[in-house]
Amino acid sequence: MNKLDAVVAGQLKTDVPEFASGDTLAVHTKVREGDKERIQIFEGVVIKRKGSGINASFTVRKISNGIGVERVFPIHSPNIAKVVKVRAGKVRRAKLYYLRGLKGKAARITEKR
Amino acid sequence: MSGIIGRKVGITRVFGDDGRSTTVTVVEAGPCTVSQIKTREKDGYSAIQLGFESKREKNAIKPEVAHFKKAGVGPKRIVREFRCFPEDAELSLGDEIKVDSFVEGDRITVAGWAKGKGFQGVMRRHGFGGGPKTHGQSDRPRSPGSIGQASYPARVFKGLRMAGRTGGQKVTLKHRKIVQIIPEKNLILIEGTVPGSKSGLLIIQK
Repeated sequence: MNKLDAVVAGQLKTDVPEFASGDTLAVHTKVREGDKERIQIFEGVVIKRKGSGINASFTVRKISNGIGVERVFPIHSPNIAKVVKVRAGKVRRAKLYYLRGLKGKAARITEKR
Repeated sequence: MSGIIGRKVGITRVFGDDGRSTTVTVVEAGPCTVSQIKTREKDGYSAIQLGFESKREKNAIKPEVAHFKKAGVGPKRIVREFRCFPEDAELSLGDEIKVDSFVEGDRITVAGWAKGKGFQGVMRRHGFGGGPKTHGQSDRPRSPGSIGQASYPARVFKGLRMAGRTGGQKVTLKHRKIVQIIPEKNLILIEGTVPGSKSGLLIIQK
């Protein structure tokens, strides 16, 4: 094993489900308020996956109160408690930046069966 | 107080308990061998000479082989003197210095040789601002500007910062934090970045 990989091997998560761009995910994030910790769920469409190993991250986009919101999550961050795959989407590219220009019906993604 | 010689392995990240990500440079340091002990009485100053990375005897010149034989070890590729060890350090010739002479959380001084960047302009080399892009400006966006006055002093002062060869010099960073030590692999994880390329030589002192 490469020496760098060996350093971070213990930090890599093994329980992350397989998912790709176009899938809808519910990301359970840990939110710290004062000394209390609670779980917040961010649900939306994965518009990109980026990086590899410990540096891997993904971007989730959702429409919140009519405003598009995107959040980037490092896959192996301890602040992510759980990732749940809600729906598999059928898309033809890896980066769905075109969704940013679409809204409503046009921004739908067909479900993969 | 301790010192060690190492090589840069690369850069990665470590997540803390609070979920924060820290950029770390992984350094493979030591084991180094004490090859000479300089004392105030004999040499006029006190220092420890460390050798790092073995080389084959046929690649070493005879004085080198003899020098290391005194310490009871084979010839070493890299030899550096450290004055950071305390004078009363209980070290003897041939002793090994490993990463476990450092402690996680320690603040250390790291010196390395920066990557050579060739002939660079003043913006990259000295962080100058360059010229304006607009307001009638046509062709000097990266120029250094004025380099002096007129008939007095009628010369350019020495040491004026200009374009030229950049990088390739020794750079010392102080007060860098040790994030983690992995003794079984001889690795030190230093917070942030350190000068030089992968497998570049680094001198670490506490």
